[in-house]
Amino acid sequence: MHQEAAIREPLILGEKTYGQITEDVMQPVVGKANRSWWIAFGISAVMALWGIGCILYLLGTGVGTWGLNKTVGWAWDITNFVWWVGIGHAGTLISAVLLLFRQKWRMAINRSAEAMTIFAVMMAAVWPGIHMGRIWLAYFVFPLPNQFGSLWVNFNSPLLWDVFAISTYFSVSLVFWYIGLIPDFATIRDKVTQTVPKKVYSLLSFGWTGNAKAWNRFEEISLVLAGLATPLVFSVHSIVSMDFATSVIPGWHTTIFPPYFVSGAVFSGFAMVQTLLIIMRKVMHLENYITIKHIEYMNIVIIVTGSIVGVAYLTELFISWYSGVEYESYAFLNRATGPYWWSYWAMMTCNVISPQVFWFKKLRTNIMFTFFMSIIVNIGMWFERFVIIVTSLHRDYLPSSWTMFHPTYVDIGCFIGTIGIFFVLFLLFARFFPVLPLNELKTILKSSGEQYKKNSEDATQH
Amino acid sequence: MADKIIYATFDDDMVLLESAKKLTAKGVHIRDVFSPFPIHGIDPVIGIKHTRLAICGFIYGLIGLTLAVSGMYYFMIVDWPMNIGGKPNDFLYQNIPAFIPISFEFTVLLAAHGMALTFFLRNWTLPGIKPRNPYPYTTDDKFVMEIHPSDNEISTDELMSDLQSTGSIAIEER
Repeated sequence: MHQEAAIREPLILGEKTYGQITEDVMQPVVGKANRSWWIAFGISAVMALWGIGCILYLLGTGVGTWGLNKTVGWAWDITNFVWWVGIGHAGTLISAVLLLFRQKWRMAINRSAEAMTIFAVMMAAVWPGIHMGRIWLAYFVFPLPNQFGSLWVNFNSPLLWDVFAISTYFSVSLVFWYIGLIPDFATIRDKVTQTVPKKVYSLLSFGWTGNAKAWNRFEEISLVLAGLATPLVFSVHSIVSMDFATSVIPGWHTTIFPPYFVSGAVFSGFAMVQTLLIIMRKVMHLENYITIKHIEYMNIVIIVTGSIVGVAYLTELFISWYSGVEYESYAFLNRATGPYWWSYWAMMTCNVISPQVFWFKKLRTNIMFTFFMSIIVNIGMWFERFVIIVTSLHRDYLPSSWTMFHPTYVDIGCFIGTIGIFFVLFLLFARFFPVLPLNELKTILKSSGEQYKKNSEDATQH
Repeated sequence: MADKIIYATFDDDMVLLESAKKLTAKGVHIRDVFSPFPIHGIDPVIGIKHTRLAICGFIYGLIGLTLAVSGMYYFMIVDWPMNIGGKPNDFLYQNIPAFIPISFEFTVLLAAHGMALTFFLRNWTLPGIKPRNPYPYTTDDKFVMEIHPSDNEISTDELMSDLQSTGSIAIEER
């Protein structure tokens, strides 16, 4: 059996047995939802309904109900799209990249992080969809001959690459997540007694049996899917960044964009994981599985990626001056000192300066402070996309077309709506799905469980 | 008696592994092991070959790559070449840099979904299929070994006592 150094802190606290892990993870699934779940669900559902109303109004009336104008043709819609895709990067990074690096702390958080990824990518996909204006023609993005004649979609365009990247990322993440869920659904199926849940979970568990050959295949497919998903994670946000980088707009036309977007995405994704898990561990009593150590590890990822983002901001600023391109330097000067200076400095403060406080161990192991910081980072990353998109567009080459962007209530409503739908989906997940990969956790119980570690330490001392 | 099956339950994965090693050393053939999580090291002991799923994945990936490149070649170069800023696209090699992202994505798409489908079909796990684990507790915290006396030359009684002495907590013949 794999032995772990005694100096490593345990990942599963308390005296747990295999059966105890099943009990702990099953408890929210078999039990009744508590009051805080219903309150959260109610608020999210209202937000979601409001958003759906705004989206229907938008689709019925037209994109003119947003605050877009002829200079700023992309604003909150694409900001929200990139923001959601970015959030959708943590889940697959945690479960794929950390699996390849054999980081066992991923096991307590990967299930919910992946759920978050899937829901966030769904919310991201809403935006280009409704931004099209005529959503009933959305099938035009697929490689069908145009009007079923012979002109095809443009495979040289990053916008089409994006269609392929987002749909591949979404469907592969979904399959990866679901394959991991199957054995856990089987555990619930064999444990519940009520008729309807038993039927539903047997359907969801696909008749999983857990024999030796099935586990052999399960481990192989997890490893290979992780290997495939790793470059996929990096490719998706690189391609999103190419939507901007391959254009000629000053402020967008930058070769640094792909790595800068990817680290920004991981940064914001981990912040969202912190926001969700800090609440979840408390409400669902999972403190023994999602420990302070897990939170600290995630904060370390936040500080690394946040610093990469900071370096990217400064590099961009330096190169805009060093390149000697007049338009480029104006675009960056205008970001920091023009009419949108407040959004630039909100981005700088939230993303570059504030995560640096995590260098202090006291702060990165403080739960309340981490929660507060995760919100700050989410806000900062939203402003990053707003700065890139709106401040680069609002000063056109012709001063006569200079303008500002003012969101309408439909802009705000659609954004709030996607947040609402996201939380509705996540709350349903937390209520009915095994939020921890319980069967994976059982594999590390003996090497990383607190009680087992203590026992083996005692044994070596005597 | 020949068609009866012995199910031996263990409450620890390591005890089952040790027991399986002892039994197979005596020449006993173990049909299968049911467990709530993968027991590392059990496959070579009970004679299970490593899965070839990854090879399938590689082949599916190659199919995806071929489809993507040949599709884009047909759409963008043969059927309807587009003039995009005068960039050369008379031949595939001139246009291939712009095709790399979609070629990669499509390779991953087919490899992942092809593997997942193969995984479901080979395990015979699909919606609506009945589970075949002998006891419900094998997905919770117990480990079960399945032995067919018809596979083995030694008597059922000897098998039973061997299982008991190597740590099985419950043995059932059915």
